[in-house]
Amino acid sequence: MSTNKIKYVLQLADNALILGHRISEWTGHGPILEQDIAITNTALDHLGQARSLYQYAADLYNKLSTEEKQDFFASPAFINLEQTITEDTLAYLRDAWDFRNSLLVEQPNADWAYTIARSFLYDNYSFLLYSELKKSNDDTLAAIAEKSLKEVQYHLRWSSEWVIRLGDGTEESKARMQEALDERWAYFGELFIASEADKAMLVEGTAPDIESLRSTWDSNVAHVLDEATLTMPAADAWMQTGGKDGNHSEHLGYILAEMQYMQRAYPGMEW
Amino acid sequence: MNNEWPLWEIFIRSKTGLDHKHVGSLHAVDAAMAIENARDVYTRRMEGVSIWAVESKYIHASNPDDAGQLYDPANDKVYRHPTFYDLPIELKHM
Repeated sequence: MSTNKIKYVLQLADNALILGHRISEWTGHGPILEQDIAITNTALDHLGQARSLYQYAADLYNKLSTEEKQDFFASPAFINLEQTITEDTLAYLRDAWDFRNSLLVEQPNADWAYTIARSFLYDNYSFLLYSELKKSNDDTLAAIAEKSLKEVQYHLRWSSEWVIRLGDGTEESKARMQEALDERWAYFGELFIASEADKAMLVEGTAPDIESLRSTWDSNVAHVLDEATLTMPAADAWMQTGGKDGNHSEHLGYILAEMQYMQRAYPGMEW
Repeated sequence: MNNEWPLWEIFIRSKTGLDHKHVGSLHAVDAAMAIENARDVYTRRMEGVSIWAVESKYIHASNPDDAGQLYDPANDKVYRHPTFYDLPIELKHM
């Protein structure tokens, strides 16, 4: 069985987990009560998607031959691991180099504008991705995509509305929103560059042609930025890459150190 | 000086309900945000499928001190109630 499918599912799952984790860092710190609740809801949605995807990835991994498992993960916790794995094993025991999320989702929250920018760029991507993925010939992925699409539609609406309000707001909000957009712009490109797993899934009819979705993303984003009276950064700007291959920014190390600490210090602990 | 966003009263109709019930209030800058905030704050547990948001300043309420003159006179006017008709037995749900 192709290990590419597992890699593909992990790309999606890791994006959801890391973004969900980043967003959850706002819990209790939101600028205003209603938005604290809103953003916490969003974090829960992402974590829910992550769980479904990790459960699927774990199932697929458990079906691999011993040989295939040997070289799949480089994380020490997975070497000579004998028992079957679960969603938790994937979330808590992999090191950064085995994560396949994009660099975008691991960037810091910084302030509200940066957080909105990150979600806005990502939500536009996941909306297009899930809209196509629900037609997948893989029933599990199609079902996850269909269910997630409703959550994503709301995320996209919420982040777009904030981009517009901050952009077409006060001088300060506009400046901050523009800066956040400019600073995070280099991170979205990676989402539309096909990895080996993306290409393999396209050939199998399981996943859409991710590169072909880029132009729709461009026009959807342009539409909102226009209404927000913000300047859209250059379309051919240089893009950060590496996440899908396990080459992450420094930030992921800190995120995992915090997120995985309890499971690694107290293996198998339960609430 | 009040720096708060405008206050809105939120009404939610449940899936099986006919009327929107008042569930509470929240702050939002405009109507679109009020609806989104209501969705995020007041529909987390499937409380409802329809949201009405009204800026609080547009809600006008009667003064409780006037309750006597407003409502007591209706107490002894039984002829205003539609209870003096002889209904045929076949009419089950009147």
